[in-house]
Amino acid sequence: MQNNKLTIRTPEGVTFTLPLAGPVSRLLAWIIDAAGILTCYKLFAKLTVLMGIISPDFSSAVSIFIFFALRTGYSMAFEWYWRGQTVGKRVLGLRVMDVNGLRLQPSQIILRNLLRAVDSLPFFYLVGGVTSLINRYGQRLGDLAANTIVVTATKAFEPDLDLLLDKNAYNSLQAHPHLTAKLRQLVVPEEAAVALQALMRRNEMVPESRVALFEEIAGLFKSKVSFPAEAVEGVSNEQYVRNVVDVLFKSTV
Amino acid sequence: MIIDLKRFISNERPFWTELDEMLVLNERDPYRRMHFDEIKRLHYLYQRASSDLSKIRTFTAERAIYAYLESLVGRAYAMIHAGRQETVRFSFWRWFWETFPRTFRRQRRTFYLSLAIMMAGALFGGGAIVWDPDAKAVLMPFSHLQMDPADRVAEEEAAQGERLKGQKSRFSAFLMTHNTRVSIFVLALGMTWGIGTVLLLYSNGVMLGAVAADYIWANQGLFLAGWLLPHGVVEIPSILLAGQAGLILAGAMIGRKSALPFGARLREVIPDVVTLIGGVAILLVWAGIVEAFFSQYHAPVIPYEVKIAFGMVELFLLAAFLRLSGRGRVKPMSWRRIRGWIKGRR
Repeated sequence: MQNNKLTIRTPEGVTFTLPLAGPVSRLLAWIIDAAGILTCYKLFAKLTVLMGIISPDFSSAVSIFIFFALRTGYSMAFEWYWRGQTVGKRVLGLRVMDVNGLRLQPSQIILRNLLRAVDSLPFFYLVGGVTSLINRYGQRLGDLAANTIVVTATKAFEPDLDLLLDKNAYNSLQAHPHLTAKLRQLVVPEEAAVALQALMRRNEMVPESRVALFEEIAGLFKSKVSFPAEAVEGVSNEQYVRNVVDVLFKSTV
Repeated sequence: MIIDLKRFISNERPFWTELDEMLVLNERDPYRRMHFDEIKRLHYLYQRASSDLSKIRTFTAERAIYAYLESLVGRAYAMIHAGRQETVRFSFWRWFWETFPRTFRRQRRTFYLSLAIMMAGALFGGGAIVWDPDAKAVLMPFSHLQMDPADRVAEEEAAQGERLKGQKSRFSAFLMTHNTRVSIFVLALGMTWGIGTVLLLYSNGVMLGAVAADYIWANQGLFLAGWLLPHGVVEIPSILLAGQAGLILAGAMIGRKSALPFGARLREVIPDVVTLIGGVAILLVWAGIVEAFFSQYHAPVIPYEVKIAFGMVELFLLAAFLRLSGRGRVKPMSWRRIRGWIKGRR
């Protein structure tokens, strides 16, 4: 059964992970691409009909060539031009990558697409589908031969902490530096990360869950360090967590 | 301990942006050449981003910034550590006249194996027709091959090549695309540890041998040679080359006498496999044109001797191309290199 991540360790000792694409998203991408190929073929077929006025024989030959070129070359051309993406993969946020995280070579793109001939056997990519299900990196035979994987290409952006932590906002906890120092000492990175994530995603939560979650997190921090009553009076659990995160992440190293 | 994330981002952001810009430039043009200073800077930025990734993992485990740095380091790693196969832009002519024949020669043992498998099939097919003519229906399941060879020859000669009138281009395009698809299939079946490739080569050989024996036994050898040679001398070697590619793939999968892991063995043969199948596609274009526009004309329109001679010339040229093309060609030295070399000697 496949993992959902491929971890790569660089010679510098840094590890990074590539999230592997699931079979359903790959199937959907394939359906989009198949529809694209068919649409393009229909459009070209209309043009070749016009050509048929001059020579029906030549028009038929062109039509055969176009279908073959689209069927065989569509994925190769797009995956080379868009560095591992076809229209379907782009829509679904997938990307073909080298299994070692290296740059994708044209020969890899060609081979993985040529081997669709066996992956699509006996119908609807049964061989490729079964192979990808039993392979730990979700590779079909074409991917195995070409040393490629299909990953979920999430576009990573720099987080904007200005939106989260307002530097001009008053933080009642900052009035007690000895307690904030203690808090920084006692809170482990994982707990801080949970609090930060909860704040960053707070607008995605349903109100009841949001209240319950921040109550729990605030309770955790309150159990570690007890601030005087005037510092926490009238401060909601969510605001308390914001103040704690502000203290933790704005501290100096 | 938790770092000051805001300060950390504002300090490091210019370096990340610079690295991102350098990566975008190189991703857009894979053949772009960098100056030495640029390479040094790229390496420095990559190491700095790697170090930042380690810091962020150890200290804050912050998801968004971690994902951003991970993607940046991953892209830079791909660029720095990928061994580029080609340092110059792809040139079709150089690939066809040099890389393709050289690849064929380097892997000639698998070609001979491919040839031996097809020959074994041909011998079986020929023998089966001679000893048991009733086997024709099984060995050649095509209506036009089921006829008596003498009747077929008479029919073809009477048609005077007009049977495909107004359909020659279509027929040619069909042959090219169909044969290329079959060749790709022969190659792709290499992933079945070569079993599928061997079976296809053998079955093609059986059919070929059966047809040849059937016509020769009926004293129609001249027609057969005139009919098959013009396109067959290119088409059959093309299938053999596709078989060669499939067997190379199978050899890498089996990995006999290789200490490399599975993935590395396959990675090693990818360029050769792709080069061979690319060459096959080109050859099949020629075979398709010849089959549709030349092979279909028989005597008296085109005498069989002319067709056979044409086929023999093609075979000679193909053999010479695969054996000699790209051999011993040395790149001419540029004036700049010659001047540098002379200065160095002084």
